[in-house]
Amino acid sequence: MNAKALVIALLLPLMANAQGFAGLGSDSAGFSVPAPNPTFDFPRDHGPHDDYRIEWWYVTANLRSADGTAYGLQWTLFRSALAPTGGAGWAAPQLWMGHAAVTTPTDHYVSERLARGGIGQAGVTADPFSAWIDDWQMTGDMDALQMTASSPDFTYDMTMTADGPLVFHGDNGFSVKSAAGQASYYYSQPFYDISGTLSLPDGDFAVTGTAWLDREWSSQPLADNQTGWDWFSLSFDDGAKMMGFRLQQTDGQNYTSATWIAPDGTATAFPNGAFTAAPLMTHTTANRDIPVRWHVQLPEKGVNVIVDAINPDAWMTTSVPYWEGPVRVTGSHTGHGYLEMTGYE
Amino acid sequence: MLLTVQDIHKSYATADGPFAVLRGIDLTLGAGETLALTGESGSGKSTLLHLIGGLDTPDRGQIIINGSDIAALDDNGRAHLRRGTVGVVFQQFNLIPSLKVADNIAFQARLANQYDPAWTATLTDRMGLTSQLGKYPEQLSGGQQQRVAIARTLAPKPRLVLADEPTGNLDEGTAAIVMDLMLELVRETGAGLLMVTHSAALAARLGRRLHLRAGQVA
Amino acid sequence: MTRATLQALLSHWWRNPLQLFTLLAGLALATALWSGVQAVNAEARASYRAAAATLGEGQYDRLGRRDGQPMDQATYITLRRAGWLVSPVVQGRLNGVRIVGIDPLTAPAGIGPVRLTQGADIADFLVGNGPLFANAATAGRLPDLQITITPDIAPGSAITDIGAAQRLLGKPGQIDSLIVAPVQPRERPDLADIAPQLVRQSAQGGSDIGRLTDSFHLNLTAFGLLSFAVGIFIVNGAIGLAFEQRRPVVRTLRALGLPLRRLIVLMAAELMFFALIAGGVGVMLGYVIAALLLPDVAATLRGLYGADVSGTLQLRPVWWLSGLAIALGGTAIAASGALWKMSRMPLLASAQPRALAMAAGQGAVMQGAAAALLLVIALILALTADGLIAGFALLGALLIGAALALPIILDRVLAATSARAKSITAQWFWADTRQQLPGLSLALMALLLAMAANVGVSTMVSSFRLTFTAFLDQRLASELYVSAQDATQAQAIIAYATPRVDAVLPIQSVETQIAGLQTEVFGARDHRTYRDNWTFLNAAPDLWDTTFAGQTILINEQLSRRANLRIGDTVPLQSQTLTIAGVYGDYGNPIGQALISEDLFAGLYPTVTPQRFGLRMDRSKVGDFVTRMAADIGIPASQTINQAGIKAFSLGVFDRTFTVTTALNVLTLAVAGFAILMSLLTLASMRVPQLAPAWAMGMTRAQLGRLELLRAVLLAMLTASLALPLGLGLAWALLAVVNVAAFGWQLPMYLFPADYARLGLFALIAAALAALWPAWRLARTPPADLLKVFSNER
Ligand SMILES: Nc1ncnc2c1ncn2[C@@H]1O[C@H](COP(=O)(O)OP(=O)(O)O)[C@@H](O)[C@H]1O
Ligand SMILES: [Mg+2]
Repeated sequence: MNAKALVIALLLPLMANAQGFAGLGSDSAGFSVPAPNPTFDFPRDHGPHDDYRIEWWYVTANLRSADGTAYGLQWTLFRSALAPTGGAGWAAPQLWMGHAAVTTPTDHYVSERLARGGIGQAGVTADPFSAWIDDWQMTGDMDALQMTASSPDFTYDMTMTADGPLVFHGDNGFSVKSAAGQASYYYSQPFYDISGTLSLPDGDFAVTGTAWLDREWSSQPLADNQTGWDWFSLSFDDGAKMMGFRLQQTDGQNYTSATWIAPDGTATAFPNGAFTAAPLMTHTTANRDIPVRWHVQLPEKGVNVIVDAINPDAWMTTSVPYWEGPVRVTGSHTGHGYLEMTGYE
Repeated sequence: MLLTVQDIHKSYATADGPFAVLRGIDLTLGAGETLALTGESGSGKSTLLHLIGGLDTPDRGQIIINGSDIAALDDNGRAHLRRGTVGVVFQQFNLIPSLKVADNIAFQARLANQYDPAWTATLTDRMGLTSQLGKYPEQLSGGQQQRVAIARTLAPKPRLVLADEPTGNLDEGTAAIVMDLMLELVRETGAGLLMVTHSAALAARLGRRLHLRAGQVA
Repeated sequence: MTRATLQALLSHWWRNPLQLFTLLAGLALATALWSGVQAVNAEARASYRAAAATLGEGQYDRLGRRDGQPMDQATYITLRRAGWLVSPVVQGRLNGVRIVGIDPLTAPAGIGPVRLTQGADIADFLVGNGPLFANAATAGRLPDLQITITPDIAPGSAITDIGAAQRLLGKPGQIDSLIVAPVQPRERPDLADIAPQLVRQSAQGGSDIGRLTDSFHLNLTAFGLLSFAVGIFIVNGAIGLAFEQRRPVVRTLRALGLPLRRLIVLMAAELMFFALIAGGVGVMLGYVIAALLLPDVAATLRGLYGADVSGTLQLRPVWWLSGLAIALGGTAIAASGALWKMSRMPLLASAQPRALAMAAGQGAVMQGAAAALLLVIALILALTADGLIAGFALLGALLIGAALALPIILDRVLAATSARAKSITAQWFWADTRQQLPGLSLALMALLLAMAANVGVSTMVSSFRLTFTAFLDQRLASELYVSAQDATQAQAIIAYATPRVDAVLPIQSVETQIAGLQTEVFGARDHRTYRDNWTFLNAAPDLWDTTFAGQTILINEQLSRRANLRIGDTVPLQSQTLTIAGVYGDYGNPIGQALISEDLFAGLYPTVTPQRFGLRMDRSKVGDFVTRMAADIGIPASQTINQAGIKAFSLGVFDRTFTVTTALNVLTLAVAGFAILMSLLTLASMRVPQLAPAWAMGMTRAQLGRLELLRAVLLAMLTASLALPLGLGLAWALLAVVNVAAFGWQLPMYLFPADYARLGLFALIAAALAALWPAWRLARTPPADLLKVFSNER
């Protein structure tokens, strides 16, 4: 096995086949473990938590150009700790991985970066806020961010301004991931307005739209029997938003969780079972059958929608591959959003 | 006396111990004399011929040719004897395959430094080989091959001619012609002839006859 | 039926173990020679590949500081943060081992063949606790460190994480070079704007050494090819004889009602089985050959090209495959001919081996026609060939054509000689020799090829040596070379050296284009150093006078060939138009080169000032001068090159090359000698009926034995005398066609009569040794065996 692939496998426990990483779900010796009733301390908690195994800063955006073409955009920085300490130098045990992607209705461009944390090549500072890996960066404060990324295929340069409050998932930011109690700290800023320039092989495009930032950290993200997940972040035209995920289990059951976000930012958490997502149609991409049309329901909020991938080939050809791309919502509610699917081997 | 053989013994080593083929043979042959050697197959005729020709050595006894005992000769001496003094004609495979007929005929005479072109030409002519001189042995018939062998043997004018069933491999008609030629030419050179043969008729044409039985003269 | 048939077929071998041995040994030797040479070649190449993979050498562009010093780690971060996809490398020596530190997170795929098996390992590796990766031999030189043995790592190198390497080498925060990923983001700032102290070295930059290395490999490959040809002839001979000898058995079996097809299938299966056994033994033998040769090859390559080659051999599966494939393929080719002949043989054809069939029959005519055709093709190719494939086609046509022609030529020569022979013994000897020819011709072909290969390759290597040392004399004519780091140092050197040495010759050059080709133009000072030492492939009269007067230009062979420029042609240079007055050899240089006078150079390129100098002085004073210059003006010895040292070094390298070449010479001759022995032993049984009449008519056995020995030596001598021109033709093809096609320059060909005489002697000794035993056996044949030929019962 190639060294790089192994590094990545280490970096991305959540996205890999959970069976390969069973150790991470159960053993967290030395690392801190999320506990119920968290109190967050900002801006400090926008920065990294070196004593947790994994953490991410995850931006997805739905964009439109002047001619109405829909685009999707992703900017992600993952942190993975080999040991629960920070430090400087090559030997510092914090590893970083960046994923950037641009999705058009016909194309999907992906890029990946890797770096170690102790030498300044990648990292996150809370105040002033800055998250970077190589020349990719996201800086400013949580209400107004500047975000750039580049690859041989594309570059983008975006400005994001928040139009609402932070939203805390689960029990005030304590998000349970399995019946056995695995959990993470999880909050979002789903209210960004975003605008900027996309440079693609067929030209430069001025784009505007909405963006959603996820912040999550943990040391024990998946249960032994969980093999992957399907995650939805949907923004409805009426101003409400919804986050829902479905963890696939080896017993054929699912574990679901959802957050309803009212237009004013008020969040309501729903326990396992309230939210359902069922695949309606699959598409073969990268030799895998991937569900690209979903039936998503949250009956308590009257949500009964069909979620369609804008580009069914939004396959992330990263070291650990997964599907991530913009979606269109129709049915009881209309709107747009992002869909992430892992564990499709 | 051209040839005197006294009390010759010869045995071969076999798996069952020594096998005595010749057990005390005596014979004499004068110049110009002809002697037929007869006997059953396996009676030791060829063995005796080989010993007289210096092709092999006896265990015991004396072979005196022209007054010298060939048993005393070494490899070189016997080779010298074979070249110039004794000529041998076998039943078959007498010729050197890589040499043309002309060279085969001249071979022994030239080896012995007794090459006489006129005599060789006479032999060739008498043997009816003149048109065959440029051929290789394998291009000749069996009868022709034996005639080449006889011409070759007589070319150095040997004092003693030994022949081991020289026509045994030929059909009757051819055999008769070849034998006539041979006897005629030997007689002309005045050499002594010792010939192994099966045929009583042939034996009758020679001066004397000696019959071998169980390694002894009967 | 099958079982009984097999028994009948196999019984032949039990009755004639010597024949079985020769068949197996012939196949095994052919395979051994082939796979041995291949193994040496493959091992050397694998070592380069490992080195290239370890360091990304040649594959990727690199960034390094202009002054060659390590850069600060911050420079790396600056570049990364500016969007440059570069990966840091730190290197240094520890106990003579090159320690290479890489960053696996940013290194391009294929750099650092680090094998990690578990997640825990990589974590350890990255946090600096992990092991070094090195091959077993290197690991032994680093006893105190934790080493993971990895055979793919270049010999003499150990790889580890960059952090660990910095610590081990005492270079914290330092980076020696940056590997530039081949694909970069769409937009990123210019290097000059963010890291002006760095220069980019393009991937091809260091490849002139690679070209010389290739030249050496070509040498070995040629040997491999020739040894293969020799091997095929031997295999073919062994199989052909095996079939000839079993014709009576085949006839009997068919007469008894065995279907021809089944017989062919069984014999083919039997042969394939033998080929597998012999091939296996051959590969092992080849391994031994390679293992014996490799240390010298390694030393040669390490010396010549600075490329580290492992001195130990790994038994690679691919050799097994290729070795067995050669044995099976060679057997199949040889057997298919023999089986085809058998299938067309009338049932009642003579059961006797036909000794003269080949000389007399249609086969000879066909063979002659094929030989003539191939030689004509070779001639046409010699006149027209350009390109590597045509070059190798020329080699092949020449070799096979000559081999096929050999028996015919020998037959003619022997016929002429025997016609002229005086004594009857001589006449018989020649005629008999001629008759032996068909049975010996395959072995003689092998001898011809072996000899020709040796002459060819020796000529090539020796010519290479002569040319190269002459080239060194020319190019490194000054006793000492000094390079300055900047203009001030250059001034200091001039000032210091001028009163102390016989002459200071500035060396200055610019890279420009001539006739659209990249060319380095040098400006030279008028000095006898040039006039005395330079030799030209083509020269106009008074070329130095006209060149130093600024009227003419001298160009290298590469430029002349590629741009099709000859003496008398003109080339534009800046504002000037110059006539070409001479073309000189410039071995191993991939690009064009030209030389003009110092004054003209200064006029055309006023901004260029010399930074290197050749100093002429008494050879014995060089050491002293270097020491004193270091003390007096602080120019370290590392900035000087001692010409005598380089020459001694490169001669040493060539000497090792000769060791390898000589070893291969002896080996191929030994194989050819074995082929002769084998043929003679096989012929021995046929010989008795041929010799018995001569013996009966008065030749002694000792005489016959001596003549047998003489015959082998004479045939070898005749063959060797034909091999000499063939080998020279081969050398010419290698030097003038293949080398030009491969590298763009022609090596002049020199002749080495003493070497050829020695090789010829070797060939005669090989033949004599091979004939000794059969001749001795013949001289000792009991008279009874000879008499059996005539016996009535036969
Ligand atoms: N070289 C030998 N080794 C063993 N026995 C032999 C040899 N030559 C001949 N014999 C045997 O000696 C006997 C006499 O043979 P040979 O002189 O050829 O008989 P003839 O010519 O009368 O038929 C035979 O039984 C023969 O088998
Ligand atoms: Mg008899």
